Amino acid sequence: MMEHLPALMIAIPLFGAFTAPLFKKHYKEVSIWAIIITGITVVLSLLLAKEVVTGGIMVYVFGADKPTLVLPSGYSVPIRIMFEVDAMSAFMAISATLMSFIGAIYSYSHVERETGLEKYYALLMLLEVGILGMVLTGDLFNLFVFLEIAGIAGSALVGFRNYRGEASEAGIKYLIVSAVASLMVLFAVGILYGQYGNLNLAYIAKNVSFNMVDMVAFGLLFTSFAMKCGAVPMHYWVPDAYTEVPAGINPPLLVATYASLYALFRVSFTLFANVVIDLARVGWIMSILGVLTMFIGVTMALVQKDVKRLMSYHAISQTGYMLLGVGVGLTVLHDPSKLAEFGRDAMAGGVFHIINHIIYKSLLLMTAGALFYATGTRNLNEMGGLARKMPITTISFMIGAAAISGLPPFNGFASKLLIYETSYRLNPLLTVFAMVTSVLTLASFVKVFASAFLGPPLEKFENTREVPKPMIIAMVILAALCILFGLFPNLVLDKLVYPAVDALINSAQYHSWGGLA
Amino acid sequence: MTTTIIRTTTKILAPLILVFGSYIILHGHLTPGGGFQGGAVFASGLALLIVANNKEKVKELFDKVPLTQLESLGALGFLGIGALGLMGYTFLKNVIANSGLLFGAPTPKGINPGYLNTGGTLSYLNIFVGTKVLAGLTSIVLIFFLILRREKDEW
Amino acid sequence: MNGSIFVNLPFIVVAVLLALGFYTIGFKRNLIKVVIGIEILEGAVNMFIVALGYVKGGYAPIYTQAPPEAAGKMVLPTPQALTLTSIVIGVAVTALMLAFAVNIYKHYGTLDVTKIRRLRG
Repeated sequence: MMEHLPALMIAIPLFGAFTAPLFKKHYKEVSIWAIIITGITVVLSLLLAKEVVTGGIMVYVFGADKPTLVLPSGYSVPIRIMFEVDAMSAFMAISATLMSFIGAIYSYSHVERETGLEKYYALLMLLEVGILGMVLTGDLFNLFVFLEIAGIAGSALVGFRNYRGEASEAGIKYLIVSAVASLMVLFAVGILYGQYGNLNLAYIAKNVSFNMVDMVAFGLLFTSFAMKCGAVPMHYWVPDAYTEVPAGINPPLLVATYASLYALFRVSFTLFANVVIDLARVGWIMSILGVLTMFIGVTMALVQKDVKRLMSYHAISQTGYMLLGVGVGLTVLHDPSKLAEFGRDAMAGGVFHIINHIIYKSLLLMTAGALFYATGTRNLNEMGGLARKMPITTISFMIGAAAISGLPPFNGFASKLLIYETSYRLNPLLTVFAMVTSVLTLASFVKVFASAFLGPPLEKFENTREVPKPMIIAMVILAALCILFGLFPNLVLDKLVYPAVDALINSAQYHSWGGLA
Repeated sequence: MTTTIIRTTTKILAPLILVFGSYIILHGHLTPGGGFQGGAVFASGLALLIVANNKEKVKELFDKVPLTQLESLGALGFLGIGALGLMGYTFLKNVIANSGLLFGAPTPKGINPGYLNTGGTLSYLNIFVGTKVLAGLTSIVLIFFLILRREKDEW
Repeated sequence: MNGSIFVNLPFIVVAVLLALGFYTIGFKRNLIKVVIGIEILEGAVNMFIVALGYVKGGYAPIYTQAPPEAAGKMVLPTPQALTLTSIVIGVAVTALMLAFAVNIYKHYGTLDVTKIRRLRG
């Protein structure tokens, strides 16, 4: 049973997604079914992470006689679709399943007034399948198919509230960007297939050379994945999509964006590993892109009036921190002394920031959803004095705002400190930009806190009460994780983050399928 | 809007199109075709039926056919056949080929005149995918038809 | 010179279709035309993948009632399977985009891309 884990992690949410439309009009039962299925997937992903961190890379070949039969008798190239799970994949799989579970718990009461809920939960589980397929696979065309599944399910959920015209506008913008980016990925996959005759990631990585056509393919892949994760020249779809989506879907949609970031790292570190070692320019491009993203995101966030739109501009700016951290590591990849000195810690900071950012950004967006549920509006100028009526929401918001600005003892401080220290060794100017961004982030969240929660209560909010229990449970779980990761960062760093970083840096294990061939 | 030409042509053509779609689904392992292509042809036959009748008849016909349940049945059948391989081999292994069940006769190698009984799990997967695709595409055409067929002052 | 034009003709057509697709997405004002532009782009990429599998003088990769000289010279079948998957995904994307376009027309009253901009800032 342990050897079938990668296949079960796709089969069980798919089974849940296909049975959800059968529950017509029984909305409470389908919510409980979604919570059960996503809960089972969380347990499976924790088991998978334990297997991979202690036992090495796990390979699963679909349709063969045994799960590890990479080269059947008489063949010298791999011919079947396979899943190849290393420590970085297991890390992203844990965050994907955990966030889908929290989204399902929160949605039990957040969308209970809407209709058509059986399709909502089917799409939520399909989105989870798309993300899990993207992070677990070892085959290029399979990556494209699951990327498209996640894009279509995500944009259908963005346009879910179809009694508002703005939701359809945001949905079609997200779908156009997603479709064009995926088509460019397919074009690059076609170029690589025409050159090498095989679609397996490890096989192409062993044989890649550096002629003109491969450079074109690398450029297309880099640009398309950067477009899908909201880096700066192509970030226009992010605020619209994150504002209009129902707040229970914000956690999985965030993880879908960071799964594209994972695909970017996989292409740069593993697929073109033999080439990128001599090419420090790619690392510089990633770091500069990160700094630009940070700065433009936070300056546009200062002038917003809609609370969810403000938070989605902050999501863009925090993506810049991750790009900066991993970019510093990529720049010094060819120099072993500098790599051991600060490159490895920079990458650890960037990768740790992924899971920290997912936790506190989901917490903040869920508090914004709670404000919308209680008051019916998202405009900051109309809210005021809600601190006495909704105490638990206020405390969760304060924890999330402190975490995003990098105040100790919350988890934002741990990963941002790693990024500040290591980027200073590369170039002090990058650290200056990062610190200024932190200060501006704190300023904008003080503004939100003052207008929404402080002050005398207005009469139109006389009988708003605290939000229902499932939403509170979801927010409290995430706030507890914020505090836990902030006080004991070594727990996560030693067990999950450093194995992931080592798996990205030493790609020889990946190229030989974990020692199988 | 239907005219006499469309109605007469549909009476003759629609059964032929539906049979041709089923032929493409069933012979997917021998000739070009398979699940998606046959399902798309079948759905275009059903779309012709939708166009040729007026709104009340279409509603009464499609209230009797459970399109959502057919779609879920096709998808769950696909997962079930895939899970047959989990005991002993891997997910989606062809466990029915060269055994004695339906669609499980031994396959000859090389150029042959085509035997329908071979194919293993491929034939079952074709049938389930064909069911799902025809249910899905017909739902899309039906919903667009029912939305856009309102009177002019109902927006 | 004659031979190399005929061998490369599918790839020249792919380049022309890519340019047409990007021009339609970027410069046309009707929302339905933008959707058609995405379909043109998808057709170009599908054609590129199918054209990669050509073997000179090859037959269709089917064993049922094939002519006897086709036993060793068949065109590669894998790109055809990849293209089929891509066509299916294209159908789903097009259906979803048209559903969004119908809803936008119902709420905004127009399909002009420059006027559908209520979310700004």
